[in-house]
Amino acid sequence: MQNMLTFISNVLRGGASKNGARLVGSTRSFADFSPQASFDIKKCELHRLDQGPPTQALLTREQGLKYYRTMQTMRRMELKADQLYKQKIIRGFCHLYDGQEACAVGIEAGINPSDHLITAYRAHGYTYTRGVSVKEILAELTGRRGGVAKGKGGSMHMYAKHFYGGNGIVGAQVPLGAGLALACQYKGNNEVCVTLYGDGAANQGQIFESFNMAALWKLPCIFICENNKYGMGTSVERASASTDYFKRGDFIPGLKVDGMDVLTVREATKFAADYCRSGKGPILMELETYRYHGHSMSDPGVSYRTREEIQEVRSKSDPISMLKDRMISNNMASLEEIKEIDVEIRKEIEEAAQFATSDPEPPLEELCNHIFYNEPPMEVRGTNPWSKLKSIS
Amino acid sequence: MDKIRNEQIRGTVKVEQFGDKAREARLRWFGRVLRRNRGYIGQRMLEMELPGRRRRGRPQRRFMDVVKVDMEMVGVKVEEAVDRARWRQMIHCDFQLLQVTVRDALNQAMDEELERDERVFLLGEEVAQYDGAYKVSRGLWKKYGDKRIIDTPISEMGFAGIAVGAAMAGLRPICEFMTFNFSMQAIDQVINSAAKTCYMSAGLQAVPIVFRGPNGASAGVAAQHSQCFAAWYGHCPGLKVVSPWNSEDARGLLKSAIRDDNPVVVLENELMYGVAFEVSEQGLSKDFTIPIGKAKVERPGNHVTLVSHSRMVGHCLDAAAVLAKEGIECEVINLRTIRPLDVETIEASVVKTNHLITVEGGWPQFGVGAEICARIMEGPAFNYLDAPVIRVTGVDIPMPYAKILEDNSTPQIKDIIFSVKKTLNM
Repeated sequence: MQNMLTFISNVLRGGASKNGARLVGSTRSFADFSPQASFDIKKCELHRLDQGPPTQALLTREQGLKYYRTMQTMRRMELKADQLYKQKIIRGFCHLYDGQEACAVGIEAGINPSDHLITAYRAHGYTYTRGVSVKEILAELTGRRGGVAKGKGGSMHMYAKHFYGGNGIVGAQVPLGAGLALACQYKGNNEVCVTLYGDGAANQGQIFESFNMAALWKLPCIFICENNKYGMGTSVERASASTDYFKRGDFIPGLKVDGMDVLTVREATKFAADYCRSGKGPILMELETYRYHGHSMSDPGVSYRTREEIQEVRSKSDPISMLKDRMISNNMASLEEIKEIDVEIRKEIEEAAQFATSDPEPPLEELCNHIFYNEPPMEVRGTNPWSKLKSIS
Repeated sequence: MDKIRNEQIRGTVKVEQFGDKAREARLRWFGRVLRRNRGYIGQRMLEMELPGRRRRGRPQRRFMDVVKVDMEMVGVKVEEAVDRARWRQMIHCDFQLLQVTVRDALNQAMDEELERDERVFLLGEEVAQYDGAYKVSRGLWKKYGDKRIIDTPISEMGFAGIAVGAAMAGLRPICEFMTFNFSMQAIDQVINSAAKTCYMSAGLQAVPIVFRGPNGASAGVAAQHSQCFAAWYGHCPGLKVVSPWNSEDARGLLKSAIRDDNPVVVLENELMYGVAFEVSEQGLSKDFTIPIGKAKVERPGNHVTLVSHSRMVGHCLDAAAVLAKEGIECEVINLRTIRPLDVETIEASVVKTNHLITVEGGWPQFGVGAEICARIMEGPAFNYLDAPVIRVTGVDIPMPYAKILEDNSTPQIKDIIFSVKKTLNM
């Protein structure tokens, strides 16, 4: 009887037996995993460079799990934002980053936290990699007081230490990034600035003005063009006379990088950061990537591209799947371990969404605060002459 | 050709006019001679008459002739020479009230702030090796070098954005627009990247930047180079906008702007650059600042209030001088700051005078004067008005080139006088 019960309970527990038979579950010992592996990565096309980043990347188990966790968190966060938007809990603009996770994670892996980063409006992923919690990001999207900008900024205006947004005007962030690089050079602190823009912004005049000044003054600026093949509804062929975005810097050396592979992005970023830190001046990287969602939540994303195309990228080049397959086939992690991570992340996102929907909106008394920095309290005119509102900074 | 006025050189080295110094020397000698014993040869020479016939023509000027005039000018009498200390004090010509041009005032302000704070730097077109398109940054590149005085290519949108980015990273840039007309190319960076950021980030990201340059009408530069941007920049929350008139304004407001942790637009005036004003000892001190947001009553009066900013303040004072002869006392207010507007000072004045006229160089529609009218109407001063507020503005046209047309496109002194008399029903 006892044996029968033990047997049944063992079966119920998934077949684990005290007799030392093969254990099923996530409790495989660490000795069974390889601590690291070397992967061949795609060679980068070069412009005005003799040598590119290495074609082999070393990935430790720890790094792999970290990248996986970060990318998966970003993916689930964006999907949750999609859900909340459809429920009308998030309003206005919402530009989602799913599909492009490898770019954000790879770049962050290639630079230091003390370096600087600025991007355009598709910024949720970078806000996360630069240190803001999912809770604060979602609460900012839902416009609550717990948001990273206290609900005042929204999707396109999130900031963190050494992360300068989140910028709504297409292309305007590129001169800002060159200015951040100027400050690094001025202070002599060996930091670099990563300045991101998209294939749509690549035709903005101010970007070329920034290229000119960055090259002239040898600013430590890594210009990165995230080419996801569509600028809103316009494909790159219809927008640019030259779609070789990594060559558009002309006198600035450039490289074209597979943006769906986190390791390629990491190695390329490291290469670019070393280049800038050595005082050679700016460098340009084009990341070939893809977004699954439309340009924003108001764009279904299928009027200018086929569903088949999206499906193909999802099945063949998804960054998260690629990393997962790599790790499992090289015995660096088990499927169960990955599943457990997924479950944890799902829970984290649920809790964050819960917070984002239940946190109260910012109080009306704070309407006029933060107009200025470090300023004595002042009065602000309301909607009518009798309405005199208070503003503190 | 570079014209440097004598007043500037004297002002920089703090030296009086040669004639004044020579006069002091003459009177000093005169006093010394008088204090010597009787019979001292110098004294005998004072009243000496040459023997013989005088030549034809006007008598030669003697030492005493000149000294008599000197004493009259200084206001001393012969008897006062006995007290040496007092005599010396009375004949001394001092230069406590220095004559400084607006250009030099701006130059000195930037020089002092560059020295005071390492994070301050200047960038713009021709600011370094050319010494500034209008010579406002003369000498700064020689003193501070390439790192802190940066010549940029002709890329307003690019370099304004670079300046804003540098400010976000903690530096304190001064971004010069050769004229504010060119700032239109960069206005997105000024408004969307600089002005709005502190609010959008809920105070996380400050932008301590100064945008400066000449604004408004110049002389013969025609329509594309003559626009006044006070109303455009004054419209936007998150920006502070100042418009200095004289040298003291220029010094104090620019210093305040550089020390402010927020984006400040400094609207200078090219026609004022070469004008010299007296600046007090206090105004020359290294820590002299004028608070942003406070207007100044340049001239008190009882009958009508004239509110103005920048170059037009001078016109108002000139008009006030003419009207004073007819017994009309104008109170002239120099706004100094466009945003935030110091309505309280204007209201207090209107309560006293009951008549208000705004004078500006810019266009009338949606201008500075229009805003003042609206604010006065919404506030307590409305009940004290004996007549509607009058706006004296530039003519509502793009600026023409021909001199006669240009002269008649901005307010002249006669326009101000006419408006005063109209509003006072004279």
